[in-house]
Amino acid sequence: MSERLVVNIGPSHPSTHGVCRIVVELDGEIVTHAEPIIGHLHRGIEKMAENRTYLQIVPLTDRLDYVGSMYANWAYCRAVERLAGIRVPERAEYIRVIVCELQRIASHMMGIGSAAADTGAFTVFMYAFEQRELVVDLFEALCGSRLTYNYVRPGGVSADLPDGWVDRCRTFIKGHPDAMREIDRMLFGNVIFRARTKGIGVLDAADAVAWGASGPVARGSGVDYDLRRDDPYSMYPRFDFTVPLGERGDSYDRARVRLWECVESCRIVEQALDQLAEYEPGVIMTEGLPRLLAPGRGDAYDHIESARGCLGVYLVSDGGVCPYRMKVRSPAFSNLALLPLLATGHTLSDLIVVLGSLDPVFGEVDR
Amino acid sequence: MSLLLGFAYGLAAVGLIAGGAVIGVWWERKVAGRIQLRLGPQQLGPAGVFQMLADVPKLLFKEDIVPYGADRPTFRYAPMLVFAPIAASVAVVPFWAGWAPLDSVVGVAFFLAVPSVAVLGMLLSAWASHNTLSTIGGMRAAAQMVSYEVPRTLAVLSVVVLAGSLQPTEITGAWRWWWVPLTAVGFLVYLIASVAEMNRGPFDLPEAESELVAGYFADYSGFRWAIFMMAEYGSMIAAALFGTALFLGGPAWFAGVGGLIAYVGVACVIITAIMWAKWTFPRMRQDHLMTFCWTVLTPLALVQLLVAGAVAVWL
Repeated sequence: MSERLVVNIGPSHPSTHGVCRIVVELDGEIVTHAEPIIGHLHRGIEKMAENRTYLQIVPLTDRLDYVGSMYANWAYCRAVERLAGIRVPERAEYIRVIVCELQRIASHMMGIGSAAADTGAFTVFMYAFEQRELVVDLFEALCGSRLTYNYVRPGGVSADLPDGWVDRCRTFIKGHPDAMREIDRMLFGNVIFRARTKGIGVLDAADAVAWGASGPVARGSGVDYDLRRDDPYSMYPRFDFTVPLGERGDSYDRARVRLWECVESCRIVEQALDQLAEYEPGVIMTEGLPRLLAPGRGDAYDHIESARGCLGVYLVSDGGVCPYRMKVRSPAFSNLALLPLLATGHTLSDLIVVLGSLDPVFGEVDR
Repeated sequence: MSLLLGFAYGLAAVGLIAGGAVIGVWWERKVAGRIQLRLGPQQLGPAGVFQMLADVPKLLFKEDIVPYGADRPTFRYAPMLVFAPIAASVAVVPFWAGWAPLDSVVGVAFFLAVPSVAVLGMLLSAWASHNTLSTIGGMRAAAQMVSYEVPRTLAVLSVVVLAGSLQPTEITGAWRWWWVPLTAVGFLVYLIASVAEMNRGPFDLPEAESELVAGYFADYSGFRWAIFMMAEYGSMIAAALFGTALFLGGPAWFAGVGGLIAYVGVACVIITAIMWAKWTFPRMRQDHLMTFCWTVLTPLALVQLLVAGAVAVWL
């Protein structure tokens, strides 16, 4: 046995997708062990929630998955609504679906772009970010923020769609699938990228289920599970969409599933915009909600399909104006746990590719 | 007298590479910007040309950091060992028909052998940094540069065989237009191997930003870092100039100043193509890189050498 070299990647490193430290044990260039050390971005959001009112917690959830703030907003609001028995107006539900599908596109553009940048294809990163910018511009017009939206609120959404927004959104979803096909040719058709990602970090379906993987990571391995279809919530039963699946469960499939999910998201947004036209503008908040929500004693859990997988929020109330306990079930955390399993036996370069294909966001991992 | 002349050439080579690197950085930012839906520098002067003047003082004024635990003297002088051989290799480039600063009878061998010394500098800087990421980068650089010298040398040999000389000025003198189709494969192998030699994308594994941060020069700052960067650009300039001279005839097209302008112009086009490749392709993996070198480039270069040899005999 040759001598092992221990390399410390991070916490400040170009491709840890946030602040993560990975202690890697190398035999030459081969990874014999990789240990992600998390907690550098721990802010105690779940604990802070215990001292804030239900409405004050929404901006905290923005800071969980800061690449996809809308999801955490929505998952939290659904848990509150279940806890307090609030019925949300249908128009607000449609708007939530639209912004969250757009958020999926924005988040996946970050995921694909950084997976490309991890292999050195920085140009693809810029192309993906152009698409992300278009979505973020839409969000800015909607709620004034580009990263932490604080848009979905218990009982509805904070603002109705501004004038002309629907047309801008339609223009975007019309052009987006073509941009995805371009990235497909540019990145997924590239011989070097294929050699770098195919057969790297193979996750079989049984392992994906056993380790609690969800979202594109599980679907890349062929696990046909998507909460939007399999545990339908909000308006999703009214839409026609397919769930893209990978076959081999390698880094290539995980990244490519994200690409086709974006195209499917465009389809959902288009249908949602069509159906939204039948609803009266302005009805975006439940009538008669008290300023200070105080749900009765009890607990509630609800989950949604975020860009990273099954994002759940569990709330316990003791009858007060602040929750007694909040717990977030983070898909990024479960997916990141796969890193040692997937990267061992590959080279150091592959470790970075595998990490990129898991697409972790450390705000959500560390919370 | 010859000592003075040598000194003057040395200064000229450093000036050429430093100037070329400064313009090269600006040009690369423009090229990369256009490829990536950006504009590149544009605020300082027309098309941002004065950005390059701003970049130099920025690098000069940065703190020269020597990391804790580093081997101080080695750390400080290793960058010179990377830069000097590459600057020296410019001396044999035939800028003018029948004239090179150092018109050696073994000029081609000089050009291929001398820059290889830079590997030592890379290994030393990697080792002296006392940093695991740097060490891996240095090892990668050594493996890569030593391997890619084989196809590069074999590719150049095909031209040497055709001309029957190792002297660059003689080769450009003997150059005929039909060498271009005959040695096209060799030229391609030479270009690819040269890109690998200068550690540029898609072969920039020794610096591999996403894995090794910056590889063997990850711990360098300020001007010492700039020396590594100048070495990279210098290597690119030298490879483009030398390749154009040997494979495409370079200064032999026209007599006088026109020849020089056309020659440098074609070299600039080649440099732009190298930049284009960097901003288009993802980075390769170490084992793929080695397989590519030994199973694709080396056999191709050997076949090219055989063809060129057969033609030379038949002539």
